[in-house]
Formats: sequence, C-alpha cells, structure tokens
Amino acid sequence: MLWSLTLITAVAGGLLGYTNQLTEAPIARAAKASREKAIQQVIPAYDNSPIDEQTNYTVHNEYGETVATIYPARKNGELAGAAVECSNNTGYGGEIRIIVGFEADGTIKDYRVVKHQETPGLGAKMDEWFRADKNNQSIIGKSPERNNFHVTKDSGDIDAITAATITSRAFLAAVRTAYAAYTESLKGGNHE
Amino acid sequence: MNKTKILLNGLIKENPTFVLLLGMCPTLGTTTSAMGGLGMGLSTLFVLICSNVVISMVKGIIPDKVRIPAFIVIIATFVTILQLCMQAYLPDLYATLGLFIPLIVVNCILLGRAEAFAAKHPPAESFFDGLGIGLGFTVALTLLGSVREFLGTGHIFGFAIYPEEYGSLIFILAPGAFIALGFLIAIIHTINKTR
Repeated sequence: MLWSLTLITAVAGGLLGYTNQLTEAPIARAAKASREKAIQQVIPAYDNSPIDEQTNYTVHNEYGETVATIYPARKNGELAGAAVECSNNTGYGGEIRIIVGFEADGTIKDYRVVKHQETPGLGAKMDEWFRADKNNQSIIGKSPERNNFHVTKDSGDIDAITAATITSRAFLAAVRTAYAAYTESLKGGNHE
Repeated sequence: MNKTKILLNGLIKENPTFVLLLGMCPTLGTTTSAMGGLGMGLSTLFVLICSNVVISMVKGIIPDKVRIPAFIVIIATFVTILQLCMQAYLPDLYATLGLFIPLIVVNCILLGRAEAFAAKHPPAESFFDGLGIGLGFTVALTLLGSVREFLGTGHIFGFAIYPEEYGSLIFILAPGAFIALGFLIAIIHTINKTR
C-alpha cells in the first residue's frame, strides 16, 4: 500500500517536473509576446524598444498607491507617445489591468485589457465597449486633460457599459491613473 | 464489450451532463459562450482519456484502500500537464479557460469513470469509454454554450445572428445557465423516451 502510492506520486512528480522544465521557456515567451503585441497595438509608430526602456512610476490618488509601468515610444529620438500598464482594484471582480497607449500630447490612441475577472457578457465587454464609436462610449481620441474621464452617471463624459457601472468606473479610474503616470513621466518626476 | 457500444453509451445513453448529471460546476461555469463550452469539453476529453487508460493499466498494483488518492494524483498530473502545455502553446485559449482548467481535477466525471469503468476494464475499453464520455460532455457543453450565447447575445461561436440589444442578459448569467440546462435536459429526455 505504502510503496504503490509512493511509486505513483514519485512518477507523477517526475513527469510534472519534466513538463515544467519543457514548458517554462515557451510560457515565458508567450507571456512576453502577448505583452509586446498589446504594447505595439496601442502606441504610435516607433523605432526604439519600448520594453527595454520601461520605467515604473507610483501614482497616489483616491485608490491609494498604484505602480504604473511606462513603455515609451520614440521615433528618431523624439518621444512619440507611450504605453502605460496599470491596474485598478475596484472592479466588480477585483483587479482590472489595462495597457493604454497615449500620443505625445496625452490623447488616447488605443487600449487593451490585459487581465480582469469581470462578468462575461457584462463588465467583460469593456474590451470593445470603450472603443465603439457610438454615443459617448469611446475613449479613443479623447484625453483625460480635455475630457472628464468619469461615467455620465457621475457627471463625466463617458457612457458606462450598460448594467456594468462598477466595471466602467474602475476601468476609467485605471485610465486616469495611467494618464497621471504618463504626465508624471513627461515631467521626469518620482522616477524609480 | 463492443467498442462502438461503449462509445455510444458515453455519448448518448450515459451522457455525463444530460443523463448522469455529473460535473455540473464546469458545465454551468464555462458555457457562457459556445467556444468556452467546446474548449472545456475538449480539455476534459483529453484528461479523461489519459487518466482512464493509465488508471486501467496500473489498477493491478493499486491496493483498494488507497485507490482514491492514487486516482486523484493521476488525474491531477494530467490536468497540470494540460495546463502547462496550454499556457505555453495556446496562450489565447488559456486566457479564456485558464481559470477553469484546474477545476477539471475535481470534476466528478473523471473520478466517477475511473471508479466505475477504468478500474474494472482493460486499457483499450477504458480508452473508448473516456472517448465516449468525453465526447458526450463536449457535445453537451457546446450545445448549452450555443443556446446561452444565442439567447443572451444573439451570437453563436461569435457570429452575429441577431443584434445584441435584443438578447436577454439572464442567459449569460448563472440563473440562465440553470434555466437553459433544465430545458435541454427535459428535451433530451423526451426525445430518448419517444425513441
């Protein structure tokens, strides 16, 4: 009884260790590739390597401290914009992590939702909702400087996702945090 | 026992979702879309075939007293291998299903088939039992996912059938899963009876 169970767990352990070794590199590659793809999709044309030039900024606001990662995009040595990755923990399912791409003047070029646990069919629609050119849904081409990045229910400029106001609030809060980090990076402030 | 008979038994007569009512947690959780249901079904199919065959091969050396821990270790090993491989080579699918993959370990279909079938039959027959039950589960989940996605969002496998505004949200949420599943079970049983 003892030896047979020991044998089974030993074989299972060995097999898992081997698989882990085999898949470790591809998993890291896949994670890096998906991040690179997301960054590429949201920032303006560039000729530098945004990932190698990444810097972290800490943003203090009503949600506490948030660390945002900035991936600057440069073209011929000039700053063309940046992708900012940051999160907000007040979503309906907890953390919402996004990558927002800004033009040099802070206009939003595009965004991607990297990680979330929002309700499928409701909050999970944020990946398409805030880019659809319908009523006041879209955040693309807008900037937290010129527009009020709150939901219309909170007297802001952006339409919340139908039946998912909590998700929308958290999403827009994350965008505001990203913008704060971006403006901070332009000033060269609290660089870590 | 005849191989086709074992296969059809899992697919229709002992369909894990519609007849045995096993594995309800992943059934209700992953079927918000047809794609999600199909992915979960195929993942379970893979683990079920592997665990059935291996358990059937090693059943001789496992004493009765520790068979449950031994089965769970074997099942969990295959689930983890599946999870690692999916994460490495199918990252997009993993992004949608990742949360549910570890849950395959506690899916009672796997332990149920190990106990009821693989522990009593040779590997070849266990393979076909895993294939049949796995396919039955896949078909059931895809069907339920399609119904919920269609009623909830007007799409099936992401293709729009009617505008999303007319969909009723409840079918995407948990209550809709129970309602849709209940009606599907009723329909399947009516068909089975009249045959």
